[in-house]
Amino acid sequence: MITPTPTVYSVNELNTYVKQILDNDDNLKYIFVTGEISNYKAHYSGHLYMTLKDEKATVKAVMFAGNASKLRFRPENGMKVLAFGTVSLFPRDGSYQLYISDMQPDGIGALNIAYEQLKKKLEAEGLFSPRYKKPIPEFPERVGVITSATGAAVQDIFNVLSRRYPLAEVVLRPAKVQGDGAAEDIAQAIKTFNELNAADVLIVGRGGGSIEDLWAFNEEVVARAVFESHIPVISAVGHETDYTICDFVADLRAPTPSAAAEIAVPDKLELKSELISYKQHLLTIVKTRITNERTKIKGIEQKDVMCNPLAKITENRRELVYMSERLGNLTAGVLDENKRKFAALAGKLDALSPVGVISRGYALVESDGRIVTSKDDVSTGDSISLKVSDGVINAEVLNVNEG
Amino acid sequence: MEQNYEKSLKRLEEIVNLLEEGGQPLEKTLELFSEGTALISSCSKYLDEAEQKITKLLSSGEKDAQ
Repeated sequence: MITPTPTVYSVNELNTYVKQILDNDDNLKYIFVTGEISNYKAHYSGHLYMTLKDEKATVKAVMFAGNASKLRFRPENGMKVLAFGTVSLFPRDGSYQLYISDMQPDGIGALNIAYEQLKKKLEAEGLFSPRYKKPIPEFPERVGVITSATGAAVQDIFNVLSRRYPLAEVVLRPAKVQGDGAAEDIAQAIKTFNELNAADVLIVGRGGGSIEDLWAFNEEVVARAVFESHIPVISAVGHETDYTICDFVADLRAPTPSAAAEIAVPDKLELKSELISYKQHLLTIVKTRITNERTKIKGIEQKDVMCNPLAKITENRRELVYMSERLGNLTAGVLDENKRKFAALAGKLDALSPVGVISRGYALVESDGRIVTSKDDVSTGDSISLKVSDGVINAEVLNVNEG
Repeated sequence: MEQNYEKSLKRLEEIVNLLEEGGQPLEKTLELFSEGTALISSCSKYLDEAEQKITKLLSSGEKDAQ
């Protein structure tokens, strides 16, 4: 037997040889590989290093900066991805690896595209515009809940609502939140609430899940129903990090269903403490008012008239005496004046009196009781009487002559 | 409570504002004060005694079943 001389390779030669084999195999060029990311490392140069694994195996992978910069998502450990690339070997380490040129989260590539497209379209139509956002009522009397009747979300919502605000009636409309027909059911539920006017605010949502599970909330039919709702809608889909189209259209986005319930109603305890502070405020106002009134009364009490009411009477009396004296003086003056006037008038009257004339030697002649002032008043033989100052002289007319 | 909570609270705010402004006669002040405290106790009682009511709207699929 001829034993051929063995060829001895250097390690580098071996690796280079294997690399050539791999590089020349068309079955290893531009292939899709699905797996979960682990040992993920984003190098400062922009290159991404990772290991892709499934239940049974692992393979190293690298994505160079030029390709990595075009990724539309941030890879993470544990994330399932669909990678597109070429298999080769890195001679230095002797390990073969997948040189990834493109990558997307596994299974949702198409959904992602649909999501972005719908989001752009609705945004352009203005469905996300703040001017369409309705305010959430402060004290809703009925809170409408649209979610799965069996999920954790509905219990979370009920618990928060009953703890915070048992005054509100909760109206549950169970809805299919994932799978076929879920979007249509959610949209119909929103419409039903609006047709019946059965709530003052709506919570629409579900608990966390994969992006496929949450997908109904990314459907246009749901977005339209939320937009058309005249009842304000709080969207609460999945966890804090999940953003759905429904969240953008809703009047308010809550990070979780529990948070939605917190936003939908006021808190009983806060309301109670508000009432207590109102009460204290009212008391303070009224106490202050009463103190002020007391002070006013004190001020009045301290005035002179209240302290010595007789002072005013004494003063009045003094005034009265003074006035009456003045009145007396005035009266006396008027009386004297009148006396003087009377005396003057009496003098004048005296001068005119016939008695005065008679006393100076004249006589008043009467015939038949009438005063004789003319020769025609008497005839010869008539009896006449002559009144003088101290008596009457009776005489007879001897004759009557012209004067 | 006959009136709803929101309306009672609004009236309470109104009363506090009126009293804060002052200028009310004393009788009116006391009247507003007693109205206010009555509202506070009825609201407080309402909060304490309220029990959540839960009703269910049926989805179209369930209508036949129930």
